[in-house]
This record gives sequence, C-alpha cells and structure tokens, in this order.
Amino acid sequence: MELRLLSETDTTKELSFKEVMKLEARNVNLYYGEKHALKNISMGIEANTVTAFIGPSGCGKSTFLRCFNRMNDLIDHVRITGDILIDGRNVYKSKIDVDEHRKKIGMVFQKPNPFPKSIYENVVYGLKINGVRDKHILDETVERSLKQAALWEEVKDDLKKSALSLSGGQQQRLCIARAMAVEPSVILMDEPASALDPISTSKIEDLIYELKSKYTIVIVTHNMQQAARISDKTAFFYLGELIEYNQTVTMFTNPHKEQTQNYITGRFG
Amino acid sequence: MSSSQKNKLKNLIFKGFAIACTSVGLIVLVVLLYVVFSQGLSRIDFDFLNNLPSRNAERAGIYTALLGMVWVLVLTVLISFPIGMGAGIYLQEYGKKNFFNNFIEVNISNLAGVPSIIYGILGLELFGRLLGLGNSILAGSLTLSLLILPLIIVSTREAIKAVPPSLREASYGLGATKWQTVWHVVLPSAFGGIMTGLILAISRAIGETAPLIVVGALVYVPFVPESPMDEFTVLPIQIFNWVTRPQAGFVTNAAAAIIILLTFTFMMNGIAVIIRNRYNKRTKF
Repeated sequence: MELRLLSETDTTKELSFKEVMKLEARNVNLYYGEKHALKNISMGIEANTVTAFIGPSGCGKSTFLRCFNRMNDLIDHVRITGDILIDGRNVYKSKIDVDEHRKKIGMVFQKPNPFPKSIYENVVYGLKINGVRDKHILDETVERSLKQAALWEEVKDDLKKSALSLSGGQQQRLCIARAMAVEPSVILMDEPASALDPISTSKIEDLIYELKSKYTIVIVTHNMQQAARISDKTAFFYLGELIEYNQTVTMFTNPHKEQTQNYITGRFG
Repeated sequence: MSSSQKNKLKNLIFKGFAIACTSVGLIVLVVLLYVVFSQGLSRIDFDFLNNLPSRNAERAGIYTALLGMVWVLVLTVLISFPIGMGAGIYLQEYGKKNFFNNFIEVNISNLAGVPSIIYGILGLELFGRLLGLGNSILAGSLTLSLLILPLIIVSTREAIKAVPPSLREASYGLGATKWQTVWHVVLPSAFGGIMTGLILAISRAIGETAPLIVVGALVYVPFVPESPMDEFTVLPIQIFNWVTRPQAGFVTNAAAAIIILLTFTFMMNGIAVIIRNRYNKRTKF
C-alpha cells in the first residue's frame, strides 16, 4: 500500500504517455436543453480495469457513462460537444454507425430489465438481431455467457423459463450475461446492484472482479464501499464536473481535493 | 347533531348517490335485455340464421346480413389494422416532438369524435363516387376503416407508451436498430394492448349503421355477397329495416336479430378482456 501511494505520481505520468487508452473523453460538454449537465470533462480509461464513477445524485455520472455508447442520443434536446474515443476512434463522428458501435459496448442498467422472453431468448437476443441463426453457436453462447455471469448452475435446467420468473439478483446477472453474449470489449454498468439485496450484490461484485481480465468495466455507484472494493480507479463527479480522478486507493485514503474528502467521509451528498 | 354525526350522514348520502348512479346504467341494460330477449329469443332458430330475407316475416332470415357483416368486418380489419398500427408506431416511436406531430396528434383525437354519419358522407363521395366503388362491400369497409382508424391509432400509441423505456434501452444497448427494437421488443410487449384496442374498435364498427346507409348499403339483399365489389347489407341495417315495418312479425324478427348482434358484440368484448388479462400476466414488468 505504502509503495503504491509513493509511486502514484509516477504512474499518472506514465498513463499520460500511453498513446491509446481504451476509452477516452476530451473536453466533453453536454447540455439538456439549456442545462449544462457535463462541464468540460476529460479522462482516459485503460483496458482491463474497473473504473468507478462516484458522486451525489444528479452530478452527471450516469449521463457521462451514457456518452460512451451514445445512449444519450435517445433523449430529445441533448447536445454534446467534445470527443469520446474508444480504441482511439471518435464515436461522435457522424460516419460512425451507432448501432454497430453499441455492439462493442455492453451496458447493464440500474434496474434489471430482462425482456419478457425466455432466459435463452434473452441471452441470444444480441446475436439474433445480428442474423446469427446457427443453433450450435447460439447454444454455446448461452452456456458461455451464463457461466461467465455465474448464473448457469441456477438456470441450466430450464432455459425456456420466462426471464421474469427469476429473482431480482438472477435477473441482473442475466442482463450481464446478455450484455456479454455479443462479446463487447467494454461493459458499462449504471448502478447495477442498487436494486439488489446484499447477497445478490456481493455476487455481482465478485463477478465484476472476475470479468476484469476480459473486459474494461466502468461502473457508476452510490455505494462508496463498493467503489473501494471493486475498482482500480475512481472518478468523483460533482455538479457536472470531474473533481478528481485517481487510483482508488489514493482516492479513499489520501484524496487531493477537499470536496472529494468531504464526500467520501460523508460530510455531504 | 354533532359534527362527526353530520359527516357520517354526508358520507352515507354520498355512498347512496354513487350506488344509484351505478344502478342507472345497470337497470337500463337489464330492461333492454329483458325486452329484447322476451320478444325475440323464441324466434331464433337455424332457419332464421340461414334464410334469405323475405316479405313474409315468418320465412325471413338474416343469412345475407350476417355474411355481409362478416365480409365488411374482415375487410375493415385487413385495411385498418396495418395502417392504424403503423401510424401509432410512427407517432410514438419515430415522431419527434415538434409542431407538425403535435398537430397530427390533436387532430387524430378530434377525428375520433367526429359523428359517424360525416364519415359516411366522406366515404360516399370519396370511395363510392370518386374511386367508382359504388355501394360495394369495399366502399363500406373503407368507410368503416376511416371511422375506426383513430381508435386503433390511439390505442396502439397507449399500448406502446406503456412499454417501459428500460426495455428499449436494453435493446438499443445491444446494438439493435430502431426497427429491430420495435419489432422484437416493443410490439410483443404491447401486443395485448394493441389487440384489445383493435377488438374494441371492431365491436364499434359492428354496430355502425349511419355511415353504411349513406354509402349505400342495401336494405333488401336477396343474394349472398361473393366478392368485395358486391352490394351488401349488414345486421344493423337489417334491424333498422325490420323495425320500420308495421307488421308485428317483423318486430319480433328485429328483436331476434338484435340478440344475434348483441351476442357478437359481447363476444368481441369478452375476447378483448381475455387477451388483455393473458398478456398482462405474461408481461408484468
């Protein structure tokens, strides 16, 4: 721990020299109509890390998360300036095919939102809309994804059962499996455990820890302990601004900004 | 009297008033059913359903009117359902919130309130004369389609609106296009509501008389319609024709035909309720 704290300044320097980040935001501004919701945010996220976004409600962290897969496009009156890059490619260039782009970025939402279809159909949805019809591939994907999401053992005997009959925690793991089935390289999670009980939450956290080796994970959370437990780096947002972004250990033991200190110690938010 | 007693009394009076209001509708329905059934039930038999109309009340049947009604309804559904659903999907899923779309929305709601005879006049002029369809089944169906389109559009929109946005997000998040999202996620979830709206619209179309009279449905059709271009009559018009006759026998016939028509309407509404319940159960979000 000590060592890591000491060398922290060096690592940040190293990071800035890395030529291509997995995800990168450059001077991102976002407006809901007149409201300036994200103020000039720049940050880079490395491949195969877990990055946590924390901050009080309405600080823009979910909005920022949704910039990466252009989910904000679905909302009327949203205007975005600046650049978002994935693997060095700008995703807000008009030439980018939004639907193709979203296939590379899986998303898990706050409330489990399985389709009112069978477990099997939920997992293969992403493949089927891409025209995959081969039963063999579909079956394999279902097994692989559900195993990755640590749900396989619980549901393998009745994959034809409606996804809505699962418990909340199972539904959320199903949604994670569904997101992984299309083999994205990034998974965005918007408070994935906030609607779940503690046992389901710890399952999801274990899962995130394991998935790190294959995916780049960005997670929005209100739960500070959760951020501390699972993330490599943490970003603190407040009123639409990125206040501080650093190694999680540093953020929680020795934050550089007073606002971060206040939020983490529970003095506001 | 204390104020608490006063309040209790008021409470009681209001409850009684509400019950009385509810009873009015119920009593009217019961009386109507009683009158119709006591007059017409004994008249219904296989011959009544299977006979052609006749000047002789004893021999007259509703066969051509029944078949005419089936023809008109099937065609009406085929025409109005795809158009109504398509318009509903556009307005709810594709249409941006701008002046043009608001204008369309308001006017669709207005159209739902236009008296049906106005549709009849429009149908007569547009389909009957301008397009030269005359007083055919097709002209009648097109007119009824216009009449129930607003209902279908509005109910489709409501059903689609009820699909939670989180399901759409899940689909878009997986890289689905708008069309794929609508087809694979939104429509299956909204299907129960859409079908309910459609069936209620059809049961409205079953009872419509005025627009079809204007379009030129005949009151006496002694042959079975065989194509959409044939002339036709429907049950409500047959009933209308019979009740205007002075002979008592035809009044009985009218009562019997009303029972058949009511049975149709009740069946439709029943099916709508069943579909709604089944889909509500399947897609609790």
